[in-house]
Amino acid sequence: MREIKAADITAAVAQMCMSANTKLPADVRKKFEEGHKNETTEAGKEIFRQLLENADLAFETKLPLCQDCGLAIFYVELGEDVFVPGGVNKAITEGMVAGYKDGFLRKSSCDPLTRKNTGDNTPAIIHIDLVPGDKLKISYMAKGGGSENMSRVTMLSPSQGWEGIKKFVVQRVAEAGPNPCPPVILGIGIGGTFEYAPKIAKQALLRKLDDVHPDPKVAAMEEELLTAVNKLGIGPMGLGGSYTCLAVKIALAPCHIASLPLAVNVQCHSARHEEVEF
Amino acid sequence: MPTYTLNTPLTDADIEKLRAGDVVLLNGIIYSGRDAAHKKLMDLLDAGKPLPFELKGASIYYVGPSPAPPGRPIGSAGPTTSYRMDAYAPRLHALGLKASIGKGKRSDEVKKAMQEHKAVYFGATGGAGALLSKCITASKVIAFDDLGPEAIREMTVKDFPLLVINDAFGGELYAKPKLDD
Repeated sequence: MREIKAADITAAVAQMCMSANTKLPADVRKKFEEGHKNETTEAGKEIFRQLLENADLAFETKLPLCQDCGLAIFYVELGEDVFVPGGVNKAITEGMVAGYKDGFLRKSSCDPLTRKNTGDNTPAIIHIDLVPGDKLKISYMAKGGGSENMSRVTMLSPSQGWEGIKKFVVQRVAEAGPNPCPPVILGIGIGGTFEYAPKIAKQALLRKLDDVHPDPKVAAMEEELLTAVNKLGIGPMGLGGSYTCLAVKIALAPCHIASLPLAVNVQCHSARHEEVEF
Repeated sequence: MPTYTLNTPLTDADIEKLRAGDVVLLNGIIYSGRDAAHKKLMDLLDAGKPLPFELKGASIYYVGPSPAPPGRPIGSAGPTTSYRMDAYAPRLHALGLKASIGKGKRSDEVKKAMQEHKAVYFGATGGAGALLSKCITASKVIAFDDLGPEAIREMTVKDFPLLVINDAFGGELYAKPKLDD
């Protein structure tokens, strides 16, 4: 067994929360620059200009890129030969709480019925996958409420197939319109079960915007959806234009012979995520 | 496109000159308020109690800012999605609210209320919270402190950059999605 100190995990997670909320990932920034150059509408160009200025300012001042610092989502690959005295969950949660406090990040978690704020952004939403080996990888995502509200899970009939999937995704983005802060990024989970499809849809949002899916068939599906969604013309912040969506990331999983689960996780343009490995 | 510099409180004359697509640089006092604060405002109205600020001519900014770091009046402060306040907005417009500031679509009821009571809906750039905070020169909590980020704040803004999304004449700026049926 390899021992990893809980305090090291806590410190790294705190740092990651602060950093991800103030530093726009390079791949997202690149897309903003491309949009600023190529967007067809003046209003859309101006939004990209503001977003680039916002990213510079956030980096300089350490003010969060967006006031909605999200619920803190963690995807963890935990090696089966790793031992964390005190526990991985606790170490991550304590790091998140420290990062949100010390980084002056907004605490956005509340009781679902009384709506009372939990005060420290707990609970962290932690998905742990056990994997072979003695490594630990923690990916963090700051997931805002506005784009999450526009996300959907549906159980399609197998007969609806790819055409049904495509129709649902395009319709979803059309109905969401300006609400989720376009240009959006779409994490699409196809297959699995009612709870598994959205889990992999969100996980797909951790991929780099400019990566290409290793399976050429899936890569082609991502391209097809991206083109279809961008034909909607919603544009940056809904002001019209060719940049409604920056990237589509698909995750597939086998499903029941009776089902075709589909999850569309909408991510706003402020796609904040980082990862750390031990 | 036309650009107007306006001071709060807003008047009927201010509202009447605005059309969807106009740029407005807003100056003066505005009030933050989002989901939980709106619910509490409704509770006060239902109980016949006074609101924590004068609604006549007021502008409400749908925002829950991040905490102010030392030396700054406020943290990041961009707009939240407005439709969640649609259930409350018509009642507030009827009582004199002149403008709401947010992002995203409004309901037909809100659009109708804005036409009836001469009011507008402004859009601020979502996800540009650090940039927008530069235009907020002062901020203090005036009600519902227990709501944390959702408390009502009195904010002083200087040349706060806004777009008129819905005007008082039924005009709307948002692009309609092109769907082939």
